[in-house]
Amino acid sequence: MGNGSFEPKLVGFLCNWCSYTGADLAGTARMTYAPNMRIIRVMCSGRVDPQFVLKAFKEGADGVLISGCHPGDCHYKEGNYKALRRHKLLSKMLDQFGIERDRFRLEWVSAAEGAKFQQVCDEFTEQMRALGPLNLNGGINEHSEA
Amino acid sequence: MSTAKPKVAFYWCASCGGCEEAIVDLAEDILKVTAAVDIVFWPVALDFKKSDVEAMEDGSIAVSFINGAVRLSEQEEMVKLLRRKSGLVVAFGSCSHLGGIPGLGNFWNKETIFNYAYHKSPSTENPDRTVPLEETTLEDGKVLTLPKFYDTVYALHQVIDVDYYLPGCAPPKHLIMNAVMAILEGKLPPKGSVLSPNKSLCDDCDRNDSKPEKLAITEVKRPWEVEMDNETCFLAQGIICMGPATRTGCDERCIKGNMPCRGCFGPTDQVYDQGTKFLAAFASILDTDDEAEIDKIVDTIHDPAGTFYRFSLPSSILRRKRLETVK
Amino acid sequence: MSQRITIDPITRLEGHGKIEIFLDDNGDVDRAILQIPELRGFEQFAVGRPAEEMPRITPRICGVCPTAHHMASTKACDAVWHVTPPPAGRMIRELIYNAFQFEDHTLHFFFLGGPDFVVGPTAPKAERNILGVLGKVGLEIGGEVIKARRLARDMINHLGGKIIHPVCGLPGGVSKGLDEEHRVEFLEQAKGLVEFAQFALKIFDDVVLKNKEYVDIVVGPAYQLVTNYMGTVTDDNKVDFYDGDVRVVDTEGKEFARFKPADYLDHIAEHVEPWSYIKFPFLKKIGWKGFTEGKDTSIYRVAPLARLNASDGMRTPLAQEHYEKMYATLGGKPSHHTLAFHWARLIEALQATEHMVDLLSNKDICDPNIRTIPTATPDEGVGIVEAPRGTLIHHYKTDKNGIIEDANLIVATIHNAPAINMSIEKAAKTFIKGGKVDDGLLNLAEMGFRPYDPCHACGTHCLPGDMPLEINIYDRDGDLVKQLKR
Repeated sequence: MGNGSFEPKLVGFLCNWCSYTGADLAGTARMTYAPNMRIIRVMCSGRVDPQFVLKAFKEGADGVLISGCHPGDCHYKEGNYKALRRHKLLSKMLDQFGIERDRFRLEWVSAAEGAKFQQVCDEFTEQMRALGPLNLNGGINEHSEA
Repeated sequence: MSTAKPKVAFYWCASCGGCEEAIVDLAEDILKVTAAVDIVFWPVALDFKKSDVEAMEDGSIAVSFINGAVRLSEQEEMVKLLRRKSGLVVAFGSCSHLGGIPGLGNFWNKETIFNYAYHKSPSTENPDRTVPLEETTLEDGKVLTLPKFYDTVYALHQVIDVDYYLPGCAPPKHLIMNAVMAILEGKLPPKGSVLSPNKSLCDDCDRNDSKPEKLAITEVKRPWEVEMDNETCFLAQGIICMGPATRTGCDERCIKGNMPCRGCFGPTDQVYDQGTKFLAAFASILDTDDEAEIDKIVDTIHDPAGTFYRFSLPSSILRRKRLETVK
Repeated sequence: MSQRITIDPITRLEGHGKIEIFLDDNGDVDRAILQIPELRGFEQFAVGRPAEEMPRITPRICGVCPTAHHMASTKACDAVWHVTPPPAGRMIRELIYNAFQFEDHTLHFFFLGGPDFVVGPTAPKAERNILGVLGKVGLEIGGEVIKARRLARDMINHLGGKIIHPVCGLPGGVSKGLDEEHRVEFLEQAKGLVEFAQFALKIFDDVVLKNKEYVDIVVGPAYQLVTNYMGTVTDDNKVDFYDGDVRVVDTEGKEFARFKPADYLDHIAEHVEPWSYIKFPFLKKIGWKGFTEGKDTSIYRVAPLARLNASDGMRTPLAQEHYEKMYATLGGKPSHHTLAFHWARLIEALQATEHMVDLLSNKDICDPNIRTIPTATPDEGVGIVEAPRGTLIHHYKTDKNGIIEDANLIVATIHNAPAINMSIEKAAKTFIKGGKVDDGLLNLAEMGFRPYDPCHACGTHCLPGDMPLEINIYDRDGDLVKQLKR
């Protein structure tokens, strides 16, 4: 199976106030975009526990997105800054696990930015398609190697 | 005929021997234990062997205490045997609980480890490029064997069903005694429990009062760079301390030695993955919203995976570095 | 054409190992091989770690001698950062280190190797352990042993944070100082330990030296091995555990080499065999010549007897007296009598306690200045200490941020690996003849390795995994002829 027929699985954590609404806008405006992103709505991008990101990779995601309000616009004032700091540190740590930085993405998408959301989805999907499947568990058995 | 003294076994997998020393360090208290139980297997101290264990009835050993991580085929066989023969299995110490320090081998694989040990190491002289083999035939036909070395290190619960966990590297004396007494008196918490209080280290730490209302780190400092104050919270000094993400019960031995915690007890019950949870907390208390500033600070945190998962890499969500990227 | 005996695992030591003994047609020993079947890979997973964390990672190589690794690692960090501890910092390290040397040597004599002598090498196996020892010397003495170890270990606990895997070592010093109150308390305790150490030597005298049969075994050919010797010495060639130059003497006691830690690669190389995970060091300038002894060998030994052989004396007076007595009894220096390692071990324990008293008698140890903060850019460094089981070498190479790029560890017991193999083979060949094999004879073979107090967890930077002991004897057709259980 070559990369051509590989459909990346993407997971997106979208904040309720800006990004999720922006994605909704893309939908109601009938913008077409890659269907690969599974969306999970959270109240704030700062709600996204890095454990969720790892779990998503573990469960088979090839790419994970966190999307929140633009800096300064967070509904809870500082949540998105927390997300920014966590994203930076977690990306560095994922490097050490052999997970390419491009697979973990942070975006600011406002409630009015349906078009941006469309663009991010398409771009992310193609980028992951080119990068290939994550294949996290390749080579290790769940229970030992006997 | 049965005296009803419960049968107890101790076994070590890939371990340093520190957990055995912890038992010896019970000193006088060990007599309380030995008076109440019948030790049927303890390789470091007694001469019972594998075939003695095989001959026992399934489930006839009341408790097996197993320490060490699993990374060789022999160890896997032995723990599976003990599981069959035991009523309860207790994972004793960080290595069997979480993977421990040997778990750091999960950033590598067999090939890279062998390559360094037998070829790259500067003191090794190996012109014939010999490596240890699972089976070697000598010139005169004699055959010698070695057990299989796995690519990945496993915590005990990833290989067999575990009933309880006794945390720590090595578990402190009072926790060992509490656990043993609880087992003997039949007063055990629900299966799967870690036998130490379910709160974080900070709750019990003497330095907790010195924490400011809101922790805000502007600069991260490594222990070698500064004179560490011996009364102030390490995080407040900008020094990484795993206390917030680590279960309490160790009596803060390292803190009292004026060194920050490195998380050997593992996380509390509410936390799934110790390293990432700490990362989340630590990133949250960095005191800047400016992207360039954040980059600068992150640059000074050199080994997030090896520091936040110092003891818990095999039992983390990702378990190991992607095998195909190891070189 | 041959029978084969497997001793698996070997017992009363730290770590994992199995011995394969091959008999020829006459039932005499043709060959005996010690295999160490484990490896962990600390050198590889050190890569990427901050160097100052190594003193907290490397002790997990071994839970019996974690303090040795902690100290060697800390000294390697000193070298990496080009920094020297202030006097109080060094004194605290030396105090911790000597306390450790004492309690570890005491553990070995009473629990591990000592039983061979105190109860007798061919005594029933049920008695060849600490309980048998107590039976012979009395329960009260057993209490003294436990107490002496506990005092020393509590001292290390106080200064180092934890006794199993201490934490206080930092480049340029230590993390915690010693206050006057504890100095006075520890000084009293240390004086008691000096007495205990002398008392242990007295036990050795009463039980071993006054027993002609044992003395014959000690100086007999079965346990003699002619090798070179390595140990760390002060400027005037006295034994030191914490610091000094590394000195190698040849089979006749002449100085063969003397080097600073940074130059160890010029002198030590490691050889690989396919049947063991452990490597086999040898003297590089001579080259690998196989498992041979005698004048031209490149094999050398480390640990107590070797250290005494490689020195011109002990650095403390009471230990020096015993040093002189030992060599007088053994017939000169260097001594090749492997069983004398047990004796030299007790003499070292005595020096350790005397040195502790010296350190604690000096109020400078309470100076609050216990660290020099490094200012140089880190790059590369070697730290060497004398672990109870021999010369321990930690070598780190880092990037400019002090993150490990390369780590090479040569761990104490490994230097003795070739010699242990030869000692076992020699003992087996001496005692197992005509196909006659029993538990006592096998123990005499195992006594070939016990004097070295080997630590196979260290030797393979790996975790030992211990298994029950079973000896199977097969005939030429591979059929099980006899089975011995221990």
